[in-house]
Amino acid sequence: MPADSTQIHNIGYRHYDGQRLGRAYATRSLFSQSLRGAYGLGRSAKSKVLPMILFGVMCAPALIMVAVAVATKANDLPVDYTRYAIVLQAVISLYLAAQAPQTVSRDLRFKTVPLYFSRPIERVDYVRAKFAALSSALFILTAAPLIVLYTGALLAKLDFADQTKGFAQGLVSVALLSVLFAGIALLISAVTPRRGLGIAAVIAVLTISYGAVSTVQAIADEQGSGSAIGWLGLFSPITLIDGVQTAFLGATSAFPGEEGPSTGAGVVYVLVTLALIAGSYAGLLRRYRKAGL
Amino acid sequence: MTVIATESLSKRFPRVTALDRLSMDIGPGVTGLVGANGAGKSTLIKILLGLSPATEGRAAVLGLDVATSGGQIRERVGYMPEHDCLPPDVSATEFVVHMARMSGLPPTAARERTADTLRHVGLYEERYRPIGGYSTGMKQRVKLAQALVHDPQLVFLDEPTNGLDPVGRDEMLGLIRRVHTDFGISVLVTSHLLGELERTCDHVVVIDGGKLLRSSSTTDFTQSTTTVAVEVTDSDTHPDGTAALRAALAARGVATHDDGGGLPGAGHTVLLEAESEETYDLLRDVVADLGLGLVRMEQRRHHIAEVFRAHDEETARAEKAAATTAAAATSDAAVTTAAAASSEAAAASDAAVTPAATDADATPATTATPAITAERTGGGRDAR
Ligand SMILES: Nc1ncnc2c1ncn2[C@@H]1O[C@H](COP(=O)(O)OP(=O)(O)O)[C@@H](O)[C@H]1O
Ligand SMILES: [Mg+2]
Repeated sequence: MPADSTQIHNIGYRHYDGQRLGRAYATRSLFSQSLRGAYGLGRSAKSKVLPMILFGVMCAPALIMVAVAVATKANDLPVDYTRYAIVLQAVISLYLAAQAPQTVSRDLRFKTVPLYFSRPIERVDYVRAKFAALSSALFILTAAPLIVLYTGALLAKLDFADQTKGFAQGLVSVALLSVLFAGIALLISAVTPRRGLGIAAVIAVLTISYGAVSTVQAIADEQGSGSAIGWLGLFSPITLIDGVQTAFLGATSAFPGEEGPSTGAGVVYVLVTLALIAGSYAGLLRRYRKAGL
Repeated sequence: MTVIATESLSKRFPRVTALDRLSMDIGPGVTGLVGANGAGKSTLIKILLGLSPATEGRAAVLGLDVATSGGQIRERVGYMPEHDCLPPDVSATEFVVHMARMSGLPPTAARERTADTLRHVGLYEERYRPIGGYSTGMKQRVKLAQALVHDPQLVFLDEPTNGLDPVGRDEMLGLIRRVHTDFGISVLVTSHLLGELERTCDHVVVIDGGKLLRSSSTTDFTQSTTTVAVEVTDSDTHPDGTAALRAALAARGVATHDDGGGLPGAGHTVLLEAESEETYDLLRDVVADLGLGLVRMEQRRHHIAEVFRAHDEETARAEKAAATTAAAATSDAAVTTAAAASSEAAAASDAAVTPAATDADATPATTATPAITAERTGGGRDAR
């Protein structure tokens, strides 16, 4: 067709000849949108309520502990950095149950997934962006109170070297926890896209596994089979993290009778943790292999 | 230039053969892909997007091999799926901005292109409201907008008229036509209805059971008698622009018909037979001399259904099987009827493909001088 006819047709429509930033940029955009979404940012006011409340609940005890420590000139914080997340695991579970389905199920439920995959972004990019976003959201939730504790400890002039080491160990521990929990919760949400079902499934898997493990551990403790306790911890996500940090991150075990795994058994804990993370990632990739096609 | 080329393309699922040695060449313009449900239309689109590997054969989109360059293809094309794909709790603007970024547009460009694109598809104030409250027609427009927002060279529209009422259907088809004529983007649009694509497409490909039944230019059929429909504005010197144009053409010995054929704007539409390129030049000069604005100048096409009917009748005569034609003749028709009747014929005669590129060259439906362009520019801006 002659060029002038193109001209007449293009009135009002402008072609885009600016930058096209491609796959990596799209993945980063999806990551930041999902991360913000995990705190309700860029979404309705209603979606902000729950994550913000849970964030507040997560940090409040740390603030109180710090206030007390400063006021009473205590020479240690009432809770170890590594123990904080274990104590507040219910809050973490609630947060995940609310936000993991929000992160992945919506795209599946409303069949938006094919729109992503008809763009330069690939399946692995999508899964990585979502995985990284929820892990980061969870890390923010679990690391923020540790920062509060550490800041308070320094204000209260507690031993610097001691506190810094504990803080660093705590950060490593919650980082591992964030990735592990995010992976498990995302996989559960991705296979149960129906509204409400994902929430229930995440809560169920996290609390039932912990409930079962700690009950059996308690029974084992009663019967005096201490060595069994250490191994039983492999069967729920939170006890898995507890085992890893007992073995390698200077934490005191939260298992009955403080029967945490030894360094040797700790290696098994680390391996199981990594296997679970890799397994959730592989499961997610698999889940999206057919999505919308 | 070839936009889509397939060569003996097959896709076999464990239980069905969705595509069966499909070979075709599709040029720029609007191409209709017509076939009954299950004919393999959506499967073909997924292969062309590089999302689903072909079992056999090859396909190229914009000169890129689908098997190896899926990513590059997906950067340059847009896709509107046949099913619902919109989250109800976000606004059209938020959604389309996000999709623009997923296509690689920087944040500012994504916002600007979203505003433009939503306006072009006809969504105005409602674009700030959650999509959940939209009508089916509005949702289809959002789906179309997300396919266009990154200014692709080609869009795949999978059954865009599905679920729309007749008015919505016509609006959507008009919009699809504009995607090519106004935006310069080639279109592959699928439908299970043959009738509705005839006014919209330059080229129609009919498939059945994954096999190519027919691939023909819609202008092929109309080449012997091409009717041109012209609409002009009025001006101060010519308060009735249409009448003035008619008189001026008559003065030059060009016969015109008056009626708009029942189309919108009937009475303001001048119809004339185009014998050759010169007719267009003459028209252009006459309109420019009168100082009128050109609103519309398009080729009026004959109905594809008629063509298929004629085609079927030949077949029937050849095979002395008159029974099949009755069904096909009545049809604005689900393609099954027409397709079934014509399949033999297609197999027997030339199932060969007409390159659409030549058709596009042979369709000077809207050639215009800069003078007229200027007129239209003014009109276009006023309208907005
Ligand atoms: N993923 C799949 N697995 C198995 N069969 C499929 C799959 N997708 C499509 N089909 C089959 O392939 C054929 C063509 O389907 P499709 O391309 O969706 O047709 P259309 O879009 O023309 O209605 C149908 O028989 C359909 O059942
Ligand atoms: Mg289909």
